Amino acid sequence: MKKKKHSGIFKIIFCLFVYIFLFLPIAVIVVNSFNATNSKPYMSWKGFTLDWYLKLWSNSSLLEAFGNTMIIAIISTLCATAIGTLAAVGMYKYKFKGKGLIDGLLYIPVVIPEIVLGISLLTLFSKVNIPRGMITLILAHVTFCVPFVIFNVRARLSGYDNSIEEASLDLGANRIMTFFKVTMPVLAPGIFGGALLAFTLSIDDVIISYFVYGQTKTYPLKVMESVKSGVAPDVNALSTLILIGTIIFVILTQGDLIKRKSK
Amino acid sequence: MSKSRLNFKANTLPAIVMVGPVVVIMVLLIAVPLIYVGIMSSCSIDEFYNVTYNFTLENYIRLANQDYLKIYSQSICIAFITTLICILIGYPFSYFIARTKSKKKKILYMLVIIPFWTNSLIRIYGWRTFLGTNGWLNIILQLLNITDEPIDFLYKTGATVLGMVYCLIPFMILPLYTSIEKLDVTLLEASSDLGAGSMKTFVNVILPLTSGGIFSGSLMVFIPCLGYFFVSDILGGGNSDVIGNLIERQFQGGNNWPLGAALSIVLIVVTLALVKVYQKLGGDMDALGV
Repeated sequence: MKKKKHSGIFKIIFCLFVYIFLFLPIAVIVVNSFNATNSKPYMSWKGFTLDWYLKLWSNSSLLEAFGNTMIIAIISTLCATAIGTLAAVGMYKYKFKGKGLIDGLLYIPVVIPEIVLGISLLTLFSKVNIPRGMITLILAHVTFCVPFVIFNVRARLSGYDNSIEEASLDLGANRIMTFFKVTMPVLAPGIFGGALLAFTLSIDDVIISYFVYGQTKTYPLKVMESVKSGVAPDVNALSTLILIGTIIFVILTQGDLIKRKSK
Repeated sequence: MSKSRLNFKANTLPAIVMVGPVVVIMVLLIAVPLIYVGIMSSCSIDEFYNVTYNFTLENYIRLANQDYLKIYSQSICIAFITTLICILIGYPFSYFIARTKSKKKKILYMLVIIPFWTNSLIRIYGWRTFLGTNGWLNIILQLLNITDEPIDFLYKTGATVLGMVYCLIPFMILPLYTSIEKLDVTLLEASSDLGAGSMKTFVNVILPLTSGGIFSGSLMVFIPCLGYFFVSDILGGGNSDVIGNLIERQFQGGNNWPLGAALSIVLIVVTLALVKVYQKLGGDMDALGV
């Protein structure tokens, strides 16, 4: 009995240490975003200030990079989700030549180190003379997001009953209507999960974007640039705001999921 | 004629519409570029760093030089230690979280994911600020009188390993959590009813049933670890390069693309070999997609 109590305390302390490890660098960023020092490398505490948040609005290149990241993430999530959902359903329903090959290719972006994908796209884009910028960034992001959407949707499909689609067709709905009214609602959680994963991967991607960006800098690339010279405090401020935004987003979406489940 | 047309409309057309886009992307943006990298790896460069297409194995011979060999072994060492630490921390942690009876289980799980929604570069920079000579860690150590002189924790292999563990540990925790949560409690009860101690139950029942999670987690930690050049850049400061640093330098600064391509081919071969081992051990490919 006594031994059990000890192991319970050990569990809590162990987990606490892991959480401290996970949140420690984020705490450093949040604290430093309110730190009134302006001597690099912004380490010692010089008092509380909101200056960096105010200065943020005049740092147009940082805001522009953040805007680019959001545009790229939204467009590539929409494209990857549409393409991935169609492909997952299509590959589940139809047999065709080369299906095994496509299936194998899907695993490449998942297992191969990102840097290899980055340089291979770089060599392709420079070979066929596509100027690097927004377009190449979106193409690259769609490419590495699509497999994750497919795997998520496919997980939902494994228990999928084809007869409900036949019923819909028998009752006079056409294929497109059946897809949107019957297939989609069943797959919705998988599609939603895949889209969320695609969005997360896109906004956080450093390595692949690093090789294909040209003049269009994304927010992670801008951070990388300032890391080399010592992060400016307004980067800390923007990161803190993004963190608050994502936490609110998580609470809203997860709360919604829990509610849906209890229904 | 009309039958085949009907078949086209019923099967071939929807199949093309649905699967066509993904085929185009996978072939044009995955297969073709990788084949092109393979071709480039056997090319050479002229005096203006332009790629010239004449077949040579010179790049692969250059890969065997002393400096590079040192970095491969260093990179594999870093990846190996990182994977080991991720298992040692990740396994008990996932076990406690997955088997807690607390109602807050979902929140505890989300708390693992939230840090990874902040940009990974800025979190690595947070570590650099924390570990630096006048960072928080040194301030704490000096307040506790453990040390008088500030200790420089940065620019050492240990700092790179810490950064790698930090970046990659969720890829270990998430599959472990899934496999531990799936554990059938009645099996554990049966084991203890039959007289096995908790250690024996762990080794003979729990560990074999969750080994799938350990395998897929290890693969998802080990492979990226070979390529994450920005971690060793920011925390290791050039003293603990991984294979990714070598490739990045050839494509961004060194401008010897064929040499960088040859390095990438080596990385691809290592990756495929590891995936083959994983499959031979009975690993599930779909477990990697999460």
